[in-house]
Amino acid sequence: MSDSVSLSLRDVHLAFGRHQVLRGVDLDVARGATACVIGPSGSGKSTLLRTVNRLLEPDRGDVLLDGRSVLRDDPDALRQRVGMVFQQFNLFPHMSVLRNITLALRRIRKLGEDEAAAAAREHLDRVGLAAKADARPAHLSGGQQQRVAIARALAMQPQVMLFDEATSALDPELVKGVLALMADLSAQGMTMVVVTHEMGFAREVADTVAFMDAGVVLEAGPPAAIFEAAQHPRLRRFLSQVL
Amino acid sequence: MDPLRTLWETFFDWESMREALPEMITVGLPNTLILAVTAALLGSALGIVLAVAGISRTRWLRWPARVYTDVFRGLPAAATILLIGVGLAPLGMQVWGPNPYPLGILALSLIASAYIGEIFRSGIQSVEATQLEAARALGFSWGEAMRRVIIPQGIRRILPAWVNQLIALIKDSSLVYFLGLLASQRELFRIGQDYAANTGNQSALLLAGLFYLALTVPLTHVVNWIDGRLRHGRPATGPADDDPDDLDLALPGAAGGNQR
Repeated sequence: MSDSVSLSLRDVHLAFGRHQVLRGVDLDVARGATACVIGPSGSGKSTLLRTVNRLLEPDRGDVLLDGRSVLRDDPDALRQRVGMVFQQFNLFPHMSVLRNITLALRRIRKLGEDEAAAAAREHLDRVGLAAKADARPAHLSGGQQQRVAIARALAMQPQVMLFDEATSALDPELVKGVLALMADLSAQGMTMVVVTHEMGFAREVADTVAFMDAGVVLEAGPPAAIFEAAQHPRLRRFLSQVL
Repeated sequence: MDPLRTLWETFFDWESMREALPEMITVGLPNTLILAVTAALLGSALGIVLAVAGISRTRWLRWPARVYTDVFRGLPAAATILLIGVGLAPLGMQVWGPNPYPLGILALSLIASAYIGEIFRSGIQSVEATQLEAARALGFSWGEAMRRVIIPQGIRRILPAWVNQLIALIKDSSLVYFLGLLASQRELFRIGQDYAANTGNQSALLLAGLFYLALTVPLTHVVNWIDGRLRHGRPATGPADDDPDDLDLALPGAAGGNQR
């Protein structure tokens, strides 16, 4: 993943109406590093992730890739650089697995049909699902669907990957495979922001763990510092509840 | 005279029917089909535009779509056909001469588009918002995401309602007789009515009715079939296979995640 980029969020604010969801978030993810964002439900983790690829536009603050603000870029061009994986997979149910991947390759990256199919098969192979190319998403298990969704995002050759509780909707026995794939990607040097409830994953894979509560990052640092030497009482309370 | 016998002869006079039959087949049926099919195509194309405008974030698209839909759904079909057919006749005269037929098709299309637009809109809105989000996250523009991802899913869900609208259109096509058609332009109902008026016997009208049923009843069953297929017909998914591969990918030290 030689063309990964660093990612920085600076004082990001976002309100839905009068409800302040993000109240000045700072986060730095070095090139090729993995940041895990943990915190209670409603703390703004998923909202934060959506400001990175501007599915939601911050009211204030800045989003930087490799030190350059992306807030004035064309959003569609930005989103080609930033892959995203969702809790509910969000595969397109009316298309085969292969076409789920080739659609954006053909329409956005403008690859020819054969070239797109070859790239899609390569990425399916990478997530271990080459045999499912012609299946419909509904005929796959949740874990398989999520791996297809990851392949679909990776096929666009993103410079940053965002994971929004990618394993929260999976049956427990399917979680491991998806997490292993994400760890694999992290080890290969993809810059990643992972919103997760999987503390084991955060501890072992993350370079940085950020704890969010009520719209701000209360504490961030290497996993050891967060999990073994938490400073903030709210983080300590959160960890005592989830660990 | 036996009233039952009178009734029978009024509606089931085989001779009257046989007399009307050739014109029903060679003139009435083609015209009804041309009117209904053309209006269905135009109405559906315009309906898609109305549906997309109706859910647009731009007020200047949403409002006109709303008003249009209210007007053409709210007026009786007969009134719309007369208003368009008579009101636009001078304009039509300049474009294609003294021929009310295209205006009839136009009026039917406008009426159909108001209903079909609402059907499409409900279909599009029934597609989960997360589908749009996923398409946008891949880099698709709003329009491309709608065209490639949302609309194809929405359309599937409303096929039965859409076919119902086609049935209504076949029946409404009889109303263009208001506009005074040439002999060769008459559709099923008008031909039945002409024979009935000339002979004083209603059997030809009944025959026209039978033609309508022959068109609409199969369509009704097509609707039910589509509906049933969409509900139950997909091959049963069964328990999703357990996928041993999920574990094969595990990397040493990578798979934490048991503390949920």
